[in-house]
Amino acid sequence: MPHFEPVLLARVAKESSQSLDGYRADGGYAALDKALGMAPADVTTKVKDSVLRGRGGAGFPAGLKWTFLPKDHPGPIYLCINADESEPGTFNNRILMEEDPHQLIEGIAIACYAIRSSKAYLYLRYEYGRSYRVLDAAIKECYAAGLLGTNIKGSGFDLDIVLHRGAAAYICGEETGLIESLEGKRAWPRIKPPFPAIEGLFRKPTIVNNVETLCCVVHILNRGVEWFKSIGVPPDASNPRDLGSFGPKLYCISGHVNEPGCVELPLGVSTRELIDEHAGGVWKDRQAKAIVPGGISMGFLSADELDTPLDFNGPLKAGCLGLGTAAVVVVDDQTSMVDVLYNCCRFMSHESCGQCTPCREGTAWSTKILERIRSGHGKVEDLDTLLEVAESMGIIPGTTICGLSDGAAWPVKNAIRKFRPEFEEYIRAGRRTMTPAQELMAGAH
Amino acid sequence: MALSEQIRERIRAEFPKYPDRRAVTLPALHIVHDELRSVPFAAIEEIAELLEIHPAEIHDTMSFYQFFREEDRPLGRQRVWVCRSISCMLRGGEELLETLSHKWRVAPGGTTADGRVSLEYAECLGACEGAPCILVNDECHTNMTAESTVAIVNDTSS
Ligand SMILES: Cc1cc2nc3c(=O)[nH]c(=O)nc-3n(C[C@H](O)[C@H](O)[C@H](O)COP(=O)(O)O)c2cc1C
Ligand code: SF4
Ligand code: FES
Repeated sequence: MPHFEPVLLARVAKESSQSLDGYRADGGYAALDKALGMAPADVTTKVKDSVLRGRGGAGFPAGLKWTFLPKDHPGPIYLCINADESEPGTFNNRILMEEDPHQLIEGIAIACYAIRSSKAYLYLRYEYGRSYRVLDAAIKECYAAGLLGTNIKGSGFDLDIVLHRGAAAYICGEETGLIESLEGKRAWPRIKPPFPAIEGLFRKPTIVNNVETLCCVVHILNRGVEWFKSIGVPPDASNPRDLGSFGPKLYCISGHVNEPGCVELPLGVSTRELIDEHAGGVWKDRQAKAIVPGGISMGFLSADELDTPLDFNGPLKAGCLGLGTAAVVVVDDQTSMVDVLYNCCRFMSHESCGQCTPCREGTAWSTKILERIRSGHGKVEDLDTLLEVAESMGIIPGTTICGLSDGAAWPVKNAIRKFRPEFEEYIRAGRRTMTPAQELMAGAH
Repeated sequence: MALSEQIRERIRAEFPKYPDRRAVTLPALHIVHDELRSVPFAAIEEIAELLEIHPAEIHDTMSFYQFFREEDRPLGRQRVWVCRSISCMLRGGEELLETLSHKWRVAPGGTTADGRVSLEYAECLGACEGAPCILVNDECHTNMTAESTVAIVNDTSS
């Protein structure tokens, strides 16, 4: 793939990347000016025409979501910025917030203008202390410069941004879990419908968007719909429902590679190219055994699926749940898939909110079964039990309220289906890889 | 009174940001937890009074997030979280946790006898490019070893 000049990450590592003056010197807040000169509905149309799909994991088209708000709603409308980023492997929102806070604030302002909201709540995971301090300073600069507050730039548009810190719970990233958490309750995802656009935060119409999605909006305003659609992958002609995968995307690469990091590339880069050209290849001259394509919830690609394109369709075609957060985690050929799967199951069991029985019990029992296998007491039939449990939990089989459960099932399904001989061998050999620290933590999820 | 006037003032300062006071639950819990190193029952009652909701509602929310400590298990002066999720696990995160646990003679979740450090395991801290990583209070540190962790903790608690 020819060299791609970063857009979202263009200002990263510049000395002045965090300050308002630095942002303005690079042409910042011109997109907001442009938006303020348009009718709000026209801004929405522009975003809709670009077919910008949400970067938070579900890939829902942002502009289309904005049109679901009730027309001429008299009361408040809210924007929630989802900065709970907690999907294992994912850290691109953190970089956007720490390195270029004004790009995000500009995106928030444009989105709020488009959806006629004068209040935005940025839900930030607690662990992002640095992001909090950088954003807090940037927001204060904006108030002082008249870019936030009342009658922004004489346009009659008012906007306040409130930073709201979470308390270390993955489920607060699910949009209705986020809303409940913001309201001061336990982060139990709501049954939908009603969707947040109709009844969301404080029971008012609400749009929830990811940090990266909102950053993309700035550049769509600046450079136009045609520019955005010139990047990435057009819709699959054989699938009338496919919307395509347009625009730049931040890919996170971690695990067993030489140069872990975050790179911006057109949607659709192949997994192999990402690892070899943008992450220095697999470490220690080893081979990749398994690759997480978009956060652990998406499952695993095997080594013979390395040519999978990382657009919204690619991982799906390889049996994964989807592109997710485009967070790629590489597992080398010296690592046991039993240990890797255990790690995924333990995470999901720890993070399940416990409302739905299939999720609460399914995640806990998959973890326990893997604990037993990893203590040397597994049976080959356990693998079928694991699959049976995984098949029964999630929105896809229709047994749970939110998608955490599908994301818990997918690593199990992919690992056992794609790596079954390794699991059987592990069990038959009576291997034990449970560590004392893991045993100590075992009762605690 | 469990809450000083200064803490109360900081909690009240959150009210105008939200149309409903209950939304101040998490901000209030953070303020109190940071100051007192736990959220005692008396503090829950006083927060509830300020927020004009029932103490049980505060406790319900607080207990959901395993983040906040009750008074029988207060935090040490430093809280050190070691990431145990996939990218860190692949690069030695679990071993790091185990080593620190031995070094400080404390199990994950516990606090050293001198009250200096509370050791915790964390799920993905969102810094996987720097695995294994840790969070000291709310500052993340990357590419850690047991030695560099101890150095940072000694540094911050001086
Ligand atoms: C368990 C779970 C966790 C999620 N975590 C996040 C998250 O941390 N950040 C995020 O933006 N979206 C997350 N999502 C997706 C959100 O529900 C929602 O789709 C997204 O914030 C919408 O924004 P977007 O359309 O701009 O992507 C999560 C979903 C689920 C089911
Ligand atoms: S699927 Fe799991 S995480 Fe989601 S609401 Fe149900 S129990 Fe909670
Ligand atoms: S897995 Fe440890 S920071 Fe992401």
